[in-house]
Amino acid sequence: MAAFIVRMGPLLVLWLAVFLSGTWAVDRGNFKTCDQSAFCKRQRALKPGQSPYRALLETLELTNTKLTLQLINDNNKVRLLLELYRLQGNMTRVKINELKPLKPRFEVPDVLINDPPTEPLSLLSQDENGVVLSLGADSQWLIVSAKPFRLDIMEGREVLLSLNSRGLLAFEHLRIRKDTQVDPEGAEKKEETDAANEPAEGETAKEDGMWEETFKSHTDNKPNGPSSISLDFSLPGVEHVYGIPEHADSLKLKTTDGGDPYRLFNLDVFQYELFNPMALYGAIPVMLSHSAQRTMGIFWLNAAETWVDISSNTAGKTVFGQMLDYVQGSSETPQTDVRWISESGIIDVFIMLGPTPTDVFSQYSSLTGTQAFPPLSALAYHQCRWNYNDQEDVAAVDQGFDEHDIPYDFIWLDIEHTDGKRYFTWDPHKFPQPKDMLQGLVDKRRKMVTIVDPHIKVDSSYKIHNEIRSKGFYVKNKDGGDYEGWCWPGNSGYPDFTNPEMRAWWASMFAYDQYEGSMENMYTWNDMNEPSVFNGPEVTMHKDALHGNWENRDLHNLYGLYVQMATAEGLIERSGGVERPFVLTRAFFAGSQRYGAVWTGDNTAEWEHLKISIPMCLSLGLVGVSFCGADVGGFFKSPSTELLVRWYQTGAYQPFFRAHAHLDTPRREPWLFGPENTALIREAVRQRYALLPYWYQLFYHAHHSGQPVMRPLWVEYPQDTATFSMDDQFLLGRDLLVHPVTEEGGRGVTAYLPGKGEVWFDVHTFQKHNGAQNLYIPVTISSIPVFQRGGSIIPRKARVRRSSSCMEHDPYTLFVALSPKRFAQGELYIDDGHTFNFDKQKQFIHRRLSFANKALSSRNLAPGSQFITPSWIEKIVILGASKPSKATLKTPDGKENLLEFEFDASMSVLTLRKPGVNAGVDWTVVLQ
Amino acid sequence: MSCALLLLLTSLALVMGTGTAVEIQRPRGVPQSKRQFYEENKPFTCLDGSSTIPFDQVNDDYCDCRDGSDEPGTAACPNGSFHCTNAGFRPAFIPSSRINDGICDCCDTTDEYNSGATCQNTCREMGRKERESLQIMAEITKEGFLLKQQLIHEAKRGQEDKQGKLTELQGSKKGLEGKMEALRTVKKTAEDPEKEAKERHLKSWEEQKELIRMEKDKTRMAEAFLELDDDADGYVSVAELQSHLELDPDSDGSLTETETQGLLGGAGKVDTSTFETVWSGIKDKYLSEGLSDPPAPVETPKEEESRDFVSDHDSDHYPEDYAGEEEDVEDDEEDDDHEEEEKVPPTVQTPEKREDDELSMPPYDTETQILIDAAQKARDDFDEAERALREVDGQMKNLEKEIGFDFGPSAEFAYLYSQCYELSTSEYIYRLCPFNRVSQKPKFGGSETNLGLWGQWAGPEENLYSVMKYDHGQGCWQGPNRSTTVKLTCGKETVVTSTSEPSRCEYLMEFTTPAVCQEPASLDEVLHGHTEL
Repeated sequence: MAAFIVRMGPLLVLWLAVFLSGTWAVDRGNFKTCDQSAFCKRQRALKPGQSPYRALLETLELTNTKLTLQLINDNNKVRLLLELYRLQGNMTRVKINELKPLKPRFEVPDVLINDPPTEPLSLLSQDENGVVLSLGADSQWLIVSAKPFRLDIMEGREVLLSLNSRGLLAFEHLRIRKDTQVDPEGAEKKEETDAANEPAEGETAKEDGMWEETFKSHTDNKPNGPSSISLDFSLPGVEHVYGIPEHADSLKLKTTDGGDPYRLFNLDVFQYELFNPMALYGAIPVMLSHSAQRTMGIFWLNAAETWVDISSNTAGKTVFGQMLDYVQGSSETPQTDVRWISESGIIDVFIMLGPTPTDVFSQYSSLTGTQAFPPLSALAYHQCRWNYNDQEDVAAVDQGFDEHDIPYDFIWLDIEHTDGKRYFTWDPHKFPQPKDMLQGLVDKRRKMVTIVDPHIKVDSSYKIHNEIRSKGFYVKNKDGGDYEGWCWPGNSGYPDFTNPEMRAWWASMFAYDQYEGSMENMYTWNDMNEPSVFNGPEVTMHKDALHGNWENRDLHNLYGLYVQMATAEGLIERSGGVERPFVLTRAFFAGSQRYGAVWTGDNTAEWEHLKISIPMCLSLGLVGVSFCGADVGGFFKSPSTELLVRWYQTGAYQPFFRAHAHLDTPRREPWLFGPENTALIREAVRQRYALLPYWYQLFYHAHHSGQPVMRPLWVEYPQDTATFSMDDQFLLGRDLLVHPVTEEGGRGVTAYLPGKGEVWFDVHTFQKHNGAQNLYIPVTISSIPVFQRGGSIIPRKARVRRSSSCMEHDPYTLFVALSPKRFAQGELYIDDGHTFNFDKQKQFIHRRLSFANKALSSRNLAPGSQFITPSWIEKIVILGASKPSKATLKTPDGKENLLEFEFDASMSVLTLRKPGVNAGVDWTVVLQ
Repeated sequence: MSCALLLLLTSLALVMGTGTAVEIQRPRGVPQSKRQFYEENKPFTCLDGSSTIPFDQVNDDYCDCRDGSDEPGTAACPNGSFHCTNAGFRPAFIPSSRINDGICDCCDTTDEYNSGATCQNTCREMGRKERESLQIMAEITKEGFLLKQQLIHEAKRGQEDKQGKLTELQGSKKGLEGKMEALRTVKKTAEDPEKEAKERHLKSWEEQKELIRMEKDKTRMAEAFLELDDDADGYVSVAELQSHLELDPDSDGSLTETETQGLLGGAGKVDTSTFETVWSGIKDKYLSEGLSDPPAPVETPKEEESRDFVSDHDSDHYPEDYAGEEEDVEDDEEDDDHEEEEKVPPTVQTPEKREDDELSMPPYDTETQILIDAAQKARDDFDEAERALREVDGQMKNLEKEIGFDFGPSAEFAYLYSQCYELSTSEYIYRLCPFNRVSQKPKFGGSETNLGLWGQWAGPEENLYSVMKYDHGQGCWQGPNRSTTVKLTCGKETVVTSTSEPSRCEYLMEFTTPAVCQEPASLDEVLHGHTEL
């Protein structure tokens, strides 16, 4: 042990600090419940139906862009200002702030991509009870009721959504602290309890935790006192709500009656537990509601600690109970009620009215932007481990992939590659020649990612630290000194990423002459950016730490977004704005999709963790973050070989595909488990590489229009109630359905193939199956059940090589899966794979592929674009075809060529041999 | 020898070099050995026989054969392979997917004919290096193999020596056993008279002690009589005795006349001779009147005290054999706490000591002492014989263990036994003691860590003796016990060449030794035997 301590040095100190006291599993006691979070407890104690708020209709002002109206709390006479906006694209924005706050309250910057364009509202009617406004399109109305204050959004006679219908609007106004220390029980009580919602008699300010709160050994000083806000939303007709990641829970959100609300507060949770509402690394305060009639979204733009309560009037009922209601005619409309509670800031809500899932995705991305379009190689396979020991190790692993003929694009270096956890540096003994190492990867057309965390070692011989300190860029503690906490390097400072100057400086550190040893093929990973503070409250930053004038309390959930933003900007800048960046982050917020990829943090090598990766990434996809993945194999503990193989098979069909492992686990490179398992993993990775053209195209769409890459089935089959709670299978785009095997010893899976009257083709056997059925599929250890939708065309590259770059100019194989009506449609997107030229210079190819009337054709979808590709069409496989007598290829130059073909009558598969036509031109193949 | 080798290698290279002119004749990527299957302008049948295609579909960048044999020179088939001639070096097959992927795989550059990659033909250079290193390896192997023969020879001799030593030891063991038995008899013969003499001595001492005791008692009685006989009338009367309240039989604090009379055997007064019987009844309680000079405590009360002490301990559940425990403690010096707890309070020995001080046993008489000395010598002789036997046993056990080790097919690894080899890195000194253990010691202070104890040979089936496995080393925090894999390669010297920790707490050590050197291959094999570098 002594030798171990010497060798482990700082790492061990950390472990001693963090883990020795606990057990080898999440220590729930480290994290607050609602009851332990003073504002949540205060807010949750409020009872519905007693709203003290009244709209002062005489204050109503209507301009071209918005309506303003004052609200008054009749208990304490504090006035609020309500602002209502009709936004373009069928959205309504509701903002509520104090009319005259003692000091400004925090409004979240840098998340919206612009000031959302408005549409005019018009006043339809007004009386002393309220006003009715027209929302413009689709006979939508907004009713403002005066007493108690309430908003209802209607379409026709149908209420889509109501605000404060349960009277849980609560706005703790800023106040001056009276001399509570002298007499906390007496004189002050009146002042304290006249807050918005009349806390129960006998509660003192101290018990309320309004001015100070202690959790474990940490005391949170609250110089601004109570400032929390809350609002309730009712969703009539809704039984399914989704989103508000990140939680290790099912896709369909559960009701929170009798338990804790879902919590949104970016935290580094050691060995997180599954199926509970505890907060994890990231927070996206967006919830989607869905019914067979309509999909809507609520975007609660607040970056403070937030809790979300969900209740439902049908949730507790058995099927029999619901039947009984129906038969007796006493059935009330199903309804879901949601309540948001945040610790500070203002109420700023975007109500996205859909009505389709696609509309909601467009609406949300019009507010916060779309998924960054990653370099194509980032969609390939990533090999990571904490840690690849040294340059020789990196070379040996690289060689191992070639020896075993398994493709990979990125090899990753975790924290041990640095000189004493000083980011932007290299361990001089283990990585003495980083450029040689990177050049070795360039020679194989491969890439590397190094980790750069936001905690900075406090060390006067460390350039990065000295500069940050001298520029005053560190987050400050409540007394004005540099905030310091314990993290991997020991005592660390935390740069204030909310400061744009700091971010610009940080970005400049990625320049090739600043980040020594870096090269073009080296990208970045931001970990620990919740931020993780080992000795801080709940393993994160003190809420009274200061980012400029604002407390961490106000903007905590934004920190991680800013870290990734500044890093991505650095990677763009170092290439002179030419190259697309690739940055992986653990912490995130609404808008993080604009900066790169997200992974689900430190999961565990257990089957349940494999299963949860599906709903966790589906939830993220619904709220903008398409580039999501889980550590393949599981981070903590060591997976069984079967689990590892199944995880590769699942990960190969999830957006971010990276294997990762904890320092203490045995090595698990794909070839370490015998030739059979090596072959199984090789096959899974190869399937990924063959499908890269489709993945790339999906990401182009995610970037272009905000549509998620990995989708729950209900997104494409919104009326099929059978799909609403499904989270053991998913769609990639519209056209591929994946039901990975996630059961230990699985002998078969039951996949649900949606779509009445549709057909699906097994991508491996080409077997055709009818839609709208539960299909039992026997599986072996090599099976990855994947189906292509009849009616779709999917491009693949069948020549799988060492890395995606090696495949750049390879030809395409088109898989045309015919619908029962013998129709199919698809796309082909091609660009250089790594620069912004697709955007800035329209250098790309985007083609519509369609099969109709026995002819398959390719035509240009983007006439303004231009790009030359050497790639050509190698093969066309038509599933569900009948045998033609001949197949003719027609090209724009008027030439006609007869194509050879093969027909497999048993599977109805027609294979056209070598059309040979360039992938970027118009062509038609006619079957006769 | 090496000159001849070089010459031969060079001429082979020349043959290959001139061969390139012919190569164009066969389709790209086809090895000479399969050229016959690719006949120009004749339909091509896939090598697995699965189908036949026109010859112009061979290498037309479209995969027609399931086995990939129609596209030996393009990347069209996922399972194809490409043959590079690599003139000047050794020919190789690469997967088809590496054709025109922009990465130079064949040293003759033939895999990158259409990718724009600029590859240099490095075959000659590589061939030269390869030949050099093969030559070096051949020399090492040759010398190593010679050394190995020597090792085998030595091991054989060593083994014979050990076997001989063992046999020898077996013989001397028998002798020692006989000797020990004889001495045991001698010892017993000497010890019996010793015991008798000692007992005799003890008994006479006991008797003597009794006499002394009685004498003392008598003196005390006489003193008491004189003391009690206040009127010096030669009688002790009731009145004279009544002042001794300590003699009160019912302990009620008063000594009545009747009680006193009872003490005097019913008489009113007793003379010296009758007092003798009275004395025996009261002597236990009697206190001398001369307070300034209390009688020295007699043995009796002391004995009671001592008994009380022992019974106290019994009731406290002290181990009855605590004295024995104390001895154990002495054996186990590390166990300090234990020793402290079990230490017997010193008071217990005090009474005996006093007794011994007062009445120490006289030395043995000469006769007894002679017997004792004789017995002691017999005992010493026996012990020595026993020790000698144990030593021989130990030696035999070690030898048997060593003989029993698997030192390889010809015991060529035997020389490593009980040796240690070190490698110093920037932080640690690693130590490999073959067939024993592997350890790691920090250079700058700190204790040694056990990286594993000898487990077994762990090479692949065909080469079992190429890998050693050491396991059950010191446990890792939150992890497995440390273990070390030692890879053995042929070398002239026996050295640890590298260590690493590829996975947490799983160490890898590279170790060269002549013992794994294989018989040098023939030149042909050197050239063509290995297909990969």
